[in-house]
Amino acid sequence: MTVLTPSQTSAGKPQVLRRRRKPLGTRAYKAFRVVALIAVVLFLIAPLFWMFLASLKTNVDIYDTGKALFFTPTGENYANVLQRNNYFVFIFNSFWVAFVSTVLSIVLGVPAAYAMSRFTMHRSALVVLMARVIPGVSLLVPWYYVFSNLRMVGRFEVLILSHMFVALPLIVYIMMSYFDSLPLELEESAQVDGLTPIGAFRRITLPLSVAGIATAGILSFIFSWNNFMFALVLSGSSTKTLPVAIFDFVSYASIDWGGLMAAATVVTIPIMIIALFTQKYIVSGLTAGATKG
Amino acid sequence: MSVTNAPRSAPARSAGRPPSFGGNVSAWSNRHRKWLFAAPAMIFVGILIVFPLVWTLYLSLTDSQGSVRAATEFIGFQNYLTVLTDTERFWPAVGRTLTFTGVALVCEVVLGMGIALLLWRPFRGEKWVRVAILLPLVATPVAVGMMWRLIFDPNIGFANQLLGMIGIPPQPWLSGQDTALGTTIFMDVWQWTPMVVLILLAGLTSLSDEPDEAARVDGANAFQRFFYITLPLMMPTVIVAILLRGIDALKTFDILYATKGKGGGSFNEVETLNVYAYGLSFDYNQYGLSSAVLILFFMIIIGSMWLLTMRKKAVSK
Repeated sequence: MTVLTPSQTSAGKPQVLRRRRKPLGTRAYKAFRVVALIAVVLFLIAPLFWMFLASLKTNVDIYDTGKALFFTPTGENYANVLQRNNYFVFIFNSFWVAFVSTVLSIVLGVPAAYAMSRFTMHRSALVVLMARVIPGVSLLVPWYYVFSNLRMVGRFEVLILSHMFVALPLIVYIMMSYFDSLPLELEESAQVDGLTPIGAFRRITLPLSVAGIATAGILSFIFSWNNFMFALVLSGSSTKTLPVAIFDFVSYASIDWGGLMAAATVVTIPIMIIALFTQKYIVSGLTAGATKG
Repeated sequence: MSVTNAPRSAPARSAGRPPSFGGNVSAWSNRHRKWLFAAPAMIFVGILIVFPLVWTLYLSLTDSQGSVRAATEFIGFQNYLTVLTDTERFWPAVGRTLTFTGVALVCEVVLGMGIALLLWRPFRGEKWVRVAILLPLVATPVAVGMMWRLIFDPNIGFANQLLGMIGIPPQPWLSGQDTALGTTIFMDVWQWTPMVVLILLAGLTSLSDEPDEAARVDGANAFQRFFYITLPLMMPTVIVAILLRGIDALKTFDILYATKGKGGGSFNEVETLNVYAYGLSFDYNQYGLSSAVLILFFMIIIGSMWLLTMRKKAVSK
């Protein structure tokens, strides 16, 4: 059995659980465990399932509590949402903002994380990580001040900049703990073999960090896709992202529940599919640095 | 590629390199790579974060309101005085922020520890449970808010149907003045307990077997082993989880605004500091006042983080 050190379970690397070959306790505990696990899964999944079911119902069926589980599914809500409400534009906006802000943050953040990890620049790292602590509203006010004076509110550039504020610290944080776990010896031997320090970073460290960068990139994309507050203030009618579009759905007097649930499903499905395929990366990214003590 | 390139860059490092321009740039950038690498990100952060913070501090000392282009006057600490003596909106918002964060954190850590312990040892179907844990975590908070609005709808929601099945009268949930905050806490617990589970599970898997084993040999039962061995060893990770989750819980905005709208509902039932500051800024354009609220809010966040970090240091020793 290999014994894993905490650093080996950090960012980017698929988490390997230590399998213990040991009796799992009494039969009563086993039974309890099965029941408890089923309860946990139901608790977590049922609401999402309910949302999905409602998105397939007509509003008449939603109001009919007798048709909670058994009803004739309809795709009408999706057709309405996608066609009448221009959701394809919002989907594109969300994707574009998340994609560009993630790429730019990787370009800025990865070298910075490398320098902060290798030269242990703790104070600089603290400044970048401050961004995780500051309430977003306190940045929005000055940004709004500046950008509305420049008459730039509602443009993609502004939205992307604001999303980078979330993405960059996240990427620096995850990549720092990833670089911390990469052995120094590789770079040193590359330098002995004639590479410059930057060359060693480019040809040795970066290729080895693909998993870490993927982790950071996926998480940053998800956070940007889900971001609501910045887009609420800084997006215009042509740059509106999906969360804001959903929020606008309920500003009318009576709620079109079926349409609303269809819209909510449209936002969450892409991100959940990404999550399913990149599960291990997401877990390692979210827990990066948590067990360093 | 790298095989052909590596020898070519070798002369640049040897003592007798030709004093070419390119060589100088490369040598310079290699010598200063520390700041060359870090500077772009630092400058970005500096412009986007430090400058706005300083500006917020400045705005909090002015009477800025209405239009962002309107002239402002310096009024000293007047805004802070107004805010700190405001028992109608500010102090209740502080109370709600702390209640929301405190209750949500306790539920999430207790539930999270329980679930993490359930998942600790391998079992069949583990893969599917892990997927279930991940889904709430990545779901868009605004969509999650809308989802719960339907489920907690007093007339057609599933929550009241469920209560009806076991004979409990329907509850107003989000629309009740006393139940709204609790309902939003429930939503937060649903969405973020998985995060705590993941962090604690990472901590559990990195624990060494020996102390647990020794206690088992000495005849300690499962509860004793958990409270006297596992929990103390896990304390640093628990505090990290509280720290990470607590910061986000204090700043919760999306689900509150998505479910209750402006001002946290018509009675401000779920108006936390973040929602209050947002409303002052962008619904009422009271930039000066909201900046003062934000600075105070920021101090609360930093203060609680500092307390936790101190606690963590004490536990780690």
